[in-house]
Amino acid sequence: MPSFVILEKCDGCKGQDKTACLYICPNDLMVLDKETMKAFNRAPDMCWECYNCVKICPQQAVDCRGYADFVPMGASVVPLRGSDSIMWTVKFRNGMLKRFKFPIRTTEEGQAVPLAGYETGTEDIKSPVLCTEPASTGAAELPGKTW
Amino acid sequence: MIKSSDFETVVVETDLLICGGGMAACGTAFEAAYWAKKNGLKVTLVDKAAITRSGAVAMGLSAINQYVGYGAGDNTLEDYVRYVRQDLMGISREDIVYDIARHVDSSVHLFEKWGLPIWKDADGKYVHEGRWQIMINGESYKVLVAEAAKNALGDENIYERVFIVDPLMDGDKCVGAVGFSTRENQFYVFKAKAVYAGMGGAVHVFRPRSTGEGLGRSWYPPFNSGSTAYFTIKAGAEMTCQEIRFIPIRFKDGYGPVGAWFLLFKSRATNAFGGEYMVERKAELEEYAPYGTGKPIPACLRNHLGMEDMYEGKGPIYMQTAEAIQNIAASYKDDPKGFKKKMKELENEAWEDFLDMTISQAILWAGMNIQPEEVPSEIAPCEPYFIGSHSGASGAWVSGPSDIVTDEMKKAGYDWGYNHMTTVKGLFSAGDGVGASSHKFSSGSHAEGRIAGKAAIAYILDNNDAPNVDEAQVEELRKTILAPLDLFADNVSYSSDPEINPAYCKPRQYMFRLQKIMDEYAGGVGSQFTTSGKLLEKGKELMDFLFEDSEKLGAEDLHELTRVWENVQRTWMAYDHILHLEFREETRWPGYYYRSDFKKLNEADWKCFVNSSWKRETGDYKQWELKKVPVINLPI
Repeated sequence: MPSFVILEKCDGCKGQDKTACLYICPNDLMVLDKETMKAFNRAPDMCWECYNCVKICPQQAVDCRGYADFVPMGASVVPLRGSDSIMWTVKFRNGMLKRFKFPIRTTEEGQAVPLAGYETGTEDIKSPVLCTEPASTGAAELPGKTW
Repeated sequence: MIKSSDFETVVVETDLLICGGGMAACGTAFEAAYWAKKNGLKVTLVDKAAITRSGAVAMGLSAINQYVGYGAGDNTLEDYVRYVRQDLMGISREDIVYDIARHVDSSVHLFEKWGLPIWKDADGKYVHEGRWQIMINGESYKVLVAEAAKNALGDENIYERVFIVDPLMDGDKCVGAVGFSTRENQFYVFKAKAVYAGMGGAVHVFRPRSTGEGLGRSWYPPFNSGSTAYFTIKAGAEMTCQEIRFIPIRFKDGYGPVGAWFLLFKSRATNAFGGEYMVERKAELEEYAPYGTGKPIPACLRNHLGMEDMYEGKGPIYMQTAEAIQNIAASYKDDPKGFKKKMKELENEAWEDFLDMTISQAILWAGMNIQPEEVPSEIAPCEPYFIGSHSGASGAWVSGPSDIVTDEMKKAGYDWGYNHMTTVKGLFSAGDGVGASSHKFSSGSHAEGRIAGKAAIAYILDNNDAPNVDEAQVEELRKTILAPLDLFADNVSYSSDPEINPAYCKPRQYMFRLQKIMDEYAGGVGSQFTTSGKLLEKGKELMDFLFEDSEKLGAEDLHELTRVWENVQRTWMAYDHILHLEFREETRWPGYYYRSDFKKLNEADWKCFVNSSWKRETGDYKQWELKKVPVINLPI
């Protein structure tokens, strides 16, 4: 389902420091037309439909439409991603609606602490023990040869 | 129009250069940052996308497929090694598999601390999908892993939207990498004391099933173009298992995951007549003993039995989702309230499985009015991909963990000092970049990246010389890499259509040409995954023309220049794949590919790794050395 931009809603992120969909697309597909200040997907058939542009858009101006070469028309899947959960609205071709809500993270955004409070059991750069180990392994020590 | 003369050259000097930003590279960044800080070294990461959402986990995941739980005594490392040995039909680097397995739990526990919601049961234990798989709410899995890597490294050490193309070499030593910004007219030169190549596996080497708008709906992301394999091959590193492509069975066309259905919901797969190929064709597995007769049945053999049914006219193949849900709900038949609650729970789990990681499958179900609790859904084998992390095994041959390798392994060439260093000095890899160490998935790739990250810092401390970069080499690479822009600009005014010009070829049509060759001659989906020595020979002839024409690729902008080099990378991966298919005269992984001229498994002659090295000094893409390397098991 390649992404497309709803022209009426897109403002090119003009009030932001970067155009969100251009920033996030892992396949470098989103482009900003600087004259109209509207973004667009330059190669819909290279779109993985990962929905990252849809999820990140502050205007909810990006949507996806199922791949025209195998998906029957009429369905839609729309996310609303918050700080700790995501809501999905799935609309079937026959009009049926389903809603789902799933957690996405248990920490505040930006607050992933690399070492997570684990001590590292060695100073030796040549030891197989990695940083935070063995504490983070859940075992008393890192296993070596058992044979 | 952009010309190469419009480009400025940006030089970045660092100690460790991490190329890539996926799960493995984030592991490398996290680990290397710790040891570099202690030793006053600098670590720099460069990614062609934004690391928050780059790599194979960019969309999210619904499960972590490698968790051992050895600390709690749930499983042993030995069991994991035996599982991988079995699944890859005897071909795996058990020293590396063991090493990853002893570090993977640490990475998973870190993910949880960083904020990843992992499903827990009433006793607070992780909910398992299968023996090694645990369930997660993984929409933001990559966001969290990237966040920890960024916090460890510091934003000032991260270059996003810079596409790495080639390694920089000083004799037999890797001393950096070159590439270009996908946003500004800048040619990048990174000089480093050690380099880590972790830029993913390869998709779109073979023609995909969907060739219209659904071209992008590959199971593995279309932006993974073989950058790692190209980088390591071009540096002269030895490659291994480049014949072991991966063909996952997935829900047809949307490529939604089947793991939860098979393992968590205990669903059966049947043919169109209700027959269960895993039962009806069980006797055929004996041809592939001891692997076919062991447990669990290898992924390629499960593919194989399903394909046999299809080729016999018994398709389509269905996942019996409705039956599975009914079986689970049946235990609530006397409890209407409990039944309703359970059905809601199962519906949520089924849809989250797609929405977390393959959203297009959800829209395909919605578009076809499919409610899994009511009707079965079609499953099918995808097109071939190259990934070292799943049930394929292609990638670089790397040095193993010195405290684990046995004397016999050492003699066979498994260990030359720094863990996860390739056969090229100063060049490390992990994740989809490292071969013969399958079933590391997302979590094991992160753990493996960490192993490589620590070892790379150890290497730098032992070899702490400023990188000696030959400016003539840099100039030559700059000229070659930017040439497609000039070729386009100088010739575009000749014809009525910029896409059709006798002087250049655009990367899109070039990619289709590659995919057609691979599909028809190297055993793609259109050839029922079957090839032969003669077909491969012809395929190589066509690849000769393709290699020559790769010098005529034209690009009208930076985006297209990225596409040019992605497709050149795919071409090198494809060529090495053909060489490996040709060299191994047997059919060891039916269901992944078949040699019609060598239809059987041949344990006596081919229970070995096939390794290949490009002869870098010749500069000629045709000059390779292929050899057999013995498979040595750990004594477990």
